[in-house]
Amino acid sequence: MAEEAEKIENVEEGQEEVKEEKEEVEKREPKVGLYICTGCDIDKLDIEKLKAVAEEAQVPVIKTHEALCGKEGVNLIRDDIEKEGVNSISIAACSPREKWDIFNFGDCKGCVVDRINLREGVVWSHEIDEHSQELAEDYIRMGVGKVQKMEVPVALDEEIEKSILIVGGGISGISAALEAAKAGTEVHLVEKSDSLGGMAAKYSKVTPLKSPFKEIEDFNIQEKISEVMNDPKIKVYTSSKVESVAGQPGQFDVVLNNNGNTVDFRVGAIVLATGWKPYDASKLESLGYGKSKNVLTNIEMEEIMSNGGLNADSVAFIQCAGQRDDEHLPYCSSVCCNVSLKQAKYIREQNPDSKVYIFYRHMRTPGLYEDFYRTIQDDEGIFLTKGTVSSVSEKDGGVVVEAEDTLLGERINVKVDKVVLATGIVSSMEGVPTTKEDQAKLEEEGVEFYNILNLGYRQGPELPILKYDFPDSNFICFPYETRRTGIYAAGCVRQPMGIRDSIEDATGAALKAIQCIDLISKGGSTFPRSGDLDYPNVFLQRCTQCKRCTEECPFGAINEDEKGTPIYNFMRCRRCGTCFGACPERIVSFKGYSVDMVATQLKAVSVPGPEEEKPRIIAFVCENDAYPAMDMAAMHKLKYNSFIRIIPVRCLGSVNTVFIADTLSKGIDGVLMLGCKYGDDYQCHFIKGSELASYRMGKVQETLDRLMLESERVQVKEVAITEYDKIPQIMDEFVEGIKELEPNPYKGF
Amino acid sequence: MSEEKFSSILVIGGGISGLTSALEAAEAGYNVYIVEKNPYLGGRVAQLNKYFPKNCPPYCGLEIFFKRIKTNPKVQFLTNSEIEKVSGGPGNFNVTIKINPRYVNENCTNCNKCAEVCPAERQNEFNYGMNKTKAIYMPHELSFPMRYVIDPLTCRKIDGCRLCVDACNYNAIDLEDQPKTMDLNVGSIIVATGWKPYDASKMDNLGFGKYQNVVTNVMFERLAAQNGPTEGKIVTPDGKPVNSIAFVQCAGSRDENHLAYCSAICCLASMKQATYIREQNPDSKVYIFYIDIRAPGRYEDVYRKAKDDENITFIKGKVAKVEEEASKKLTVEAENAVTGEKIRKTVDMVVLATGMQPNASDAKIPGLNVSYDEYGFITAGDGIFSVGVATNPTEVSSANEDATAAALRAIQVLRR
Repeated sequence: MAEEAEKIENVEEGQEEVKEEKEEVEKREPKVGLYICTGCDIDKLDIEKLKAVAEEAQVPVIKTHEALCGKEGVNLIRDDIEKEGVNSISIAACSPREKWDIFNFGDCKGCVVDRINLREGVVWSHEIDEHSQELAEDYIRMGVGKVQKMEVPVALDEEIEKSILIVGGGISGISAALEAAKAGTEVHLVEKSDSLGGMAAKYSKVTPLKSPFKEIEDFNIQEKISEVMNDPKIKVYTSSKVESVAGQPGQFDVVLNNNGNTVDFRVGAIVLATGWKPYDASKLESLGYGKSKNVLTNIEMEEIMSNGGLNADSVAFIQCAGQRDDEHLPYCSSVCCNVSLKQAKYIREQNPDSKVYIFYRHMRTPGLYEDFYRTIQDDEGIFLTKGTVSSVSEKDGGVVVEAEDTLLGERINVKVDKVVLATGIVSSMEGVPTTKEDQAKLEEEGVEFYNILNLGYRQGPELPILKYDFPDSNFICFPYETRRTGIYAAGCVRQPMGIRDSIEDATGAALKAIQCIDLISKGGSTFPRSGDLDYPNVFLQRCTQCKRCTEECPFGAINEDEKGTPIYNFMRCRRCGTCFGACPERIVSFKGYSVDMVATQLKAVSVPGPEEEKPRIIAFVCENDAYPAMDMAAMHKLKYNSFIRIIPVRCLGSVNTVFIADTLSKGIDGVLMLGCKYGDDYQCHFIKGSELASYRMGKVQETLDRLMLESERVQVKEVAITEYDKIPQIMDEFVEGIKELEPNPYKGF
Repeated sequence: MSEEKFSSILVIGGGISGLTSALEAAEAGYNVYIVEKNPYLGGRVAQLNKYFPKNCPPYCGLEIFFKRIKTNPKVQFLTNSEIEKVSGGPGNFNVTIKINPRYVNENCTNCNKCAEVCPAERQNEFNYGMNKTKAIYMPHELSFPMRYVIDPLTCRKIDGCRLCVDACNYNAIDLEDQPKTMDLNVGSIIVATGWKPYDASKMDNLGFGKYQNVVTNVMFERLAAQNGPTEGKIVTPDGKPVNSIAFVQCAGSRDENHLAYCSAICCLASMKQATYIREQNPDSKVYIFYIDIRAPGRYEDVYRKAKDDENITFIKGKVAKVEEEASKKLTVEAENAVTGEKIRKTVDMVVLATGMQPNASDAKIPGLNVSYDEYGFITAGDGIFSVGVATNPTEVSSANEDATAAALRAIQVLRR
């Protein structure tokens, strides 16, 4: 705690030092210092032998300390940095997830730090014997080899445009524009119709927006519109359409069709707030729509209310019209229960003698909207019936609704003046081709379509869709996760939501756009490796135009020229290393995560001869889920086989199949890859890393065939971060499987 | 934007909403302090086994949150700390923070030698009291910071016990650690003080606290978790296998005698929890007693999947009472509100889908100039923004949208 408090007091100074360290960093000669901690049971290993291994590897500075993370231990390292010129620091101690603040020599210019995990990785997770000693010795060899190859990242230094583009001038777009402008950001707001306001401009009143969430409220969007029009930081383009967006975050070049004229400008980031459209009610003939003029949709009802209202003695609302229905919209539109309750209130206010019937399946007024529902329940003229509507038919100038009351099991007939269908929300992305293939298909079929952003991306012109036409986040904990860096969806385009939520969502998306620009202006990545300065270095002279990188990049960061040579857009890059994993020529590397570093580690593993019966296995482990799970297993002192050497990777997508071939041709007996769950509910924060690893197994198979090795030698396993209990079983079973095979015949080659 | 010098943002509460607000503001270039009362960050979600709708572990997201904190010097955090006083206004708030003693300093290496020798035990509140830890303990597997802490109420230092101090090789334990105070000046404040489960023992008819095999939904979450009291094996609190289970929805929610509002997450949480037991025991039967199933948006998929499972039965009806049989089995009686018809089911275990109550309902921060509604949710403030369940009952995704929005509003105050 004391150290945290101290940190806080020093915060002001700390920030100043983050920038400006480029010049001196380049052209450094690595001088490795290996620091072995002997605390926390690590001294159960033969430390002298570990030191001997490092000496053999000609590490110039090798030191041990009984508590390296203490002040004395850290000073030992600092002294060597200052006096001995050590700049490649290898710390053999606990997991790199621990003591990150202590072993942070970020203030020492030109230094790189790497960790060798002897505590969780060896002594806490293995029986202490000859085998675990060999494991530790391999880790020392691998670690000092790796740190020797690590380089200091040099940040991108590009001209960054700081204004943002907001597409869509409804309540979400308006809110994003106003909130971004209030934070000092210049905004270009584009709306396709001739005025701002969108769907919300049709509403005369809205469901409660603020405490106490009991009564319907007036909603004056005109006030917000004039606020937008008068804000000097917001430039509004109505009757406008985005023709195209080229480039990358910080440098998006936008071309607009503004009322027939071409306008172009550059922005740094984009908020997609194109909203929604009502579900096509003509598909709801079974509920009387189109057959009777007295059957309306909820949107038509809003228009009537805004234009003088509706004088009816009786109205019936049919909830979930064309929703939660496999033949129509399979999802729930979230807002329709509240909207019908609001419209019921309209009708009752206009005609206090009117009767309103609401036929619902589940009344969905979550959270504090329950208070609003209670207000409605207290209204004696509103009759709520849980039931399924079986027919709607015209009769004597009115409409008869027949329903089955699911509570009473009775059939109910009511004759009303009007029926309102609570139709749902469809994303404005519906019908929009998101990939080049989709677009080509539509063009071929002669189907009319439109683009929203028309991005100049090799992987397609729009934000990828998650489900049901919504370009939503796949992660509950990260709602602004996006597969196109610098482009954030907000409001009903990405999820059905009401006005209150749309305002919040748009404000959040505006922050993300502003934040993206700030991060990349410092050369950093955006989420999840936020602020990471390291970016791919690509040696294009050796590129064979195989296009794997351009196809596999989960973020569409790489374009192609006409020959198929990749064109990297580094500011779209999220540093997952998928391209590094994809490239058969191995021409992609990071300063701190390179082909050379991985190859060096693989080379450093000592491979005993077949007669020793000591199989060797390499496990590539996802550092976000599987690696912490292994640390937790170690905390619980769960033990597993000592024949496995772990190489943590950013993502399984960054594991190159060539590494696997190299591993096996060196005589290592097996390769295990531990990644996260894939498929529809994928958990990979780089979208498809573990899926790609499995997919690439096909190519690995060719290699195995060529080497005449068994397919069981290479496996991908899914493990969640909390499945630490399964680690020993996964590891041990894999080793047992390998033991059943003959030793790899390439041993000793 | 961050070249200019701006004041800082204080985030009160280090749960998922607070973490989101803090990191989103910090990554936009602003200085943020997080003050958390627990000895670790992560809040209630750290105690969840899985999130709906994907049934993915919250630890996965927390690991990313913590990694972002580790690499971002603009985020500073204090755990074991509370806000003692707030004064001033937008652009210039003065905040006094009380840092409670942890008794374990930054030398701690998480080696566990202290807990091995500690003779005292305490109820483990991380597992809602369903098991015990030593008086010196690591709160949970993904504790952040990863450092032990001593519960002063159960520690035997007053009896002269020094076993942990002697066992520690790193001079990490200081039994004389005292509370400290610290003053901060910040430009804006985000309140992310979160929620607590509604006290289920207030509902006499539902048998919580009276019958052993009645648990709450938050407890059930721990029973299903690998790092919970049963290592993830779902058994009844009296140790029997669970072949049948009843979920009682709106237990205390949508009820004017308890919480008048809907807690927004409990329907989805129960359907998620139904999958826990269904996966562990394929023959198990699940009964969900509900008023309305609230699964908005694409969460409808969760409901559809649950309905497709023929061993999950949805029963519309408000539960009138839960009674214990001689076998310790439980009989749930529900009443159809309209017909008055009674429905009874006898099951091995009952899970009460208790709601969320804002922590501010009984613990308001001194001097914090905000207004509250009748339930204790924050409704407004000047230069002070509330997020997550401090504002309204909500699930993680929309809490984090609000938390991201609040980051921008807090930044706007700094830039005024």
